[in-house]
Amino acid sequence: MSVRPGRLPSWCTRALIALCSISAPALAGVLPPDRADLLYHRYQGGGITVQGPSVLVQKKIGDHFSIGANYYEDMISSASIDVLLSASPYREKRTQKSVSAEYLHGKTTYSAGFINSVEPDYKANTSYYSVSQDMFGDLTTVTMSYRRGWDQISRDIKQNGFIINDPAFHQRADHRVYGVSVSQILTRNLISTFDYELSTDQGYLASPYRQIRYLDPNNPLGYTLANQVYPGTRTSDAFSVELKYYVPYRAALTGKYRYFTDSWGIVAHTFQIDYIQPIRHHWTFDGNIRYYRQGAASFYSDLFPYAGYSNFMARDRELAAFHSITLGVEASYSFSIPRLTWIQKSTATLSFDRMMISYLDYRDALFSKFDPGAIRAGQEPLYSLDANVFQAYVSLWF
Amino acid sequence: MRNRNAMAAVLATILALTLPAWAAADSAADAVTAAPAPAFTLQSTSGQQVSLAQFKGDVVMINFWASWCGPCRQEMPLLQSIYQKYKDMGFTLIGVNVEPDAKTANAWLKATPVTYPVLYDPQSQVSQLYQVQAMPTTVIIDRTGAVRYVHRGYMPGDENTYLNSIRTLIVQ
Amino acid sequence: MRTLSVVLAAALLASITACAPVEPWVKPYEREHLADAIMALDRNPVSSTYLDHVFESREGARGATGGVGGGCGCN
Repeated sequence: MSVRPGRLPSWCTRALIALCSISAPALAGVLPPDRADLLYHRYQGGGITVQGPSVLVQKKIGDHFSIGANYYEDMISSASIDVLLSASPYREKRTQKSVSAEYLHGKTTYSAGFINSVEPDYKANTSYYSVSQDMFGDLTTVTMSYRRGWDQISRDIKQNGFIINDPAFHQRADHRVYGVSVSQILTRNLISTFDYELSTDQGYLASPYRQIRYLDPNNPLGYTLANQVYPGTRTSDAFSVELKYYVPYRAALTGKYRYFTDSWGIVAHTFQIDYIQPIRHHWTFDGNIRYYRQGAASFYSDLFPYAGYSNFMARDRELAAFHSITLGVEASYSFSIPRLTWIQKSTATLSFDRMMISYLDYRDALFSKFDPGAIRAGQEPLYSLDANVFQAYVSLWF
Repeated sequence: MRNRNAMAAVLATILALTLPAWAAADSAADAVTAAPAPAFTLQSTSGQQVSLAQFKGDVVMINFWASWCGPCRQEMPLLQSIYQKYKDMGFTLIGVNVEPDAKTANAWLKATPVTYPVLYDPQSQVSQLYQVQAMPTTVIIDRTGAVRYVHRGYMPGDENTYLNSIRTLIVQ
Repeated sequence: MRTLSVVLAAALLASITACAPVEPWVKPYEREHLADAIMALDRNPVSSTYLDHVFESREGARGATGGVGGGCGCN
């Protein structure tokens, strides 16, 4: 049996467990509008291409219930820096299905939902619940939410030319997220939102494929790869503030800041500015800038000084120190379909984001891999990655 | 770790389930009063100045609405049929549009016309006078000029509540 | 412990403020701009969920990405 290391870990899956806001009510005291969205998404950057569809349907049943369903796919083709360092490029598919329900009673909305995500080496189930209450003349909305995730992690290996799950590798991870959110209307033109989330994770939180490296003068590469060791728990706090302002000539300006800290020593700041400009009757344009800065986890290092340096060791670049800037533009066109009168409104949207990440303590180890001796381990250039994110979608309201 | 999770879960559940109770003061139940309806004069869509006093002796239903309010738009065709049914029985319906700029309201009325008088309240004078606390708000005034029912918001089926109130007041 | 205190404090604050009814300073008939579609806190859930997912896959931070509220305040 041979191990296939270096694969992209299921951060995709883990990220989605933390999200679950697919059908969070978008309006206070009113059920979400009936709509259907068909989206094509494509991410390309750092040697990875991930693309696929996402279909979302939201429908009211009677006057008090609304149900939603989402089908989502990621088709992954990866030759990322991690994969090239210690493995071979691969392709795989992740499928995610979710359902949700909301019940409106007076000024209170109760929601519940379930998400199931499956890929060859990672299965994740998540359930979530929330209660949302309008108060103070509908100027304030308080929401409390709870999410619970159960993951089953496997590891793909190659046997007789086929890729199968390693029968000797079964791991679990459990997640719980508690959230409190308050949205407050400040003036006729200004709304603010405060959002706090406490996340706790327990179990196998690493990737079965990624490895650390430590300095090894006996190795012609200058370093030797070894297994990562992650803590078995993680607790994090995230707090965000958002202000949305209606500009008098009809535009919307949003400013957002998030502060993140966790028990792994990561501290991160996110700043975002968004501007929406409708033009005439049919067009809406959106421009946004996002700046993200992260400090490394306490057990992260690009190159450990020797084997067994500390209890916990990781070289995942998601835990490294880096900053990133993302620039995004979006154009949306509103049109009507004459024959289908039950469709109240329809839009077609194209969206493009360019994400530029500069790592401050993660080096491109491929330099020393492919040209050992020319560049010493630990002297390789810092890695940076540019990614293009493209979305095309059609939305119908009925 | 487990204890902390359990405590947080219990606390979160208690808080979430008691959320509606915190907002109890805001409950939008129908108000039943007998105070005299404040007088007002506003310009109508036809350009005339219309006062509430003109309709003394009739049962008057005032509906505060705006074109940006979904439930308001949903309700208006039903109000139109109520108006058609009872207008010859000493009943009248007045729509009061609360938007500062009448452009969108006029566009919507053109697409969905009503035959009852619609008045503009761009300065929110009458909205303040009637202490409008929800959109839409429907106020029903009896033949003596006293406010008898105030209904906040609109959910499908509320038109039956209106009809009950109207039938009670029409025979008085 | 610290995070539990934060949650408790938030709950306490909410219950205190609920006891003293505050007169809403933005009246329901003044919510025209807030009801505008461009002022919705989450205009396109299918797209924003996807973008949040892209960022969380590349970054160590997670959570606190959304809010609920605003809108026309009808009913």
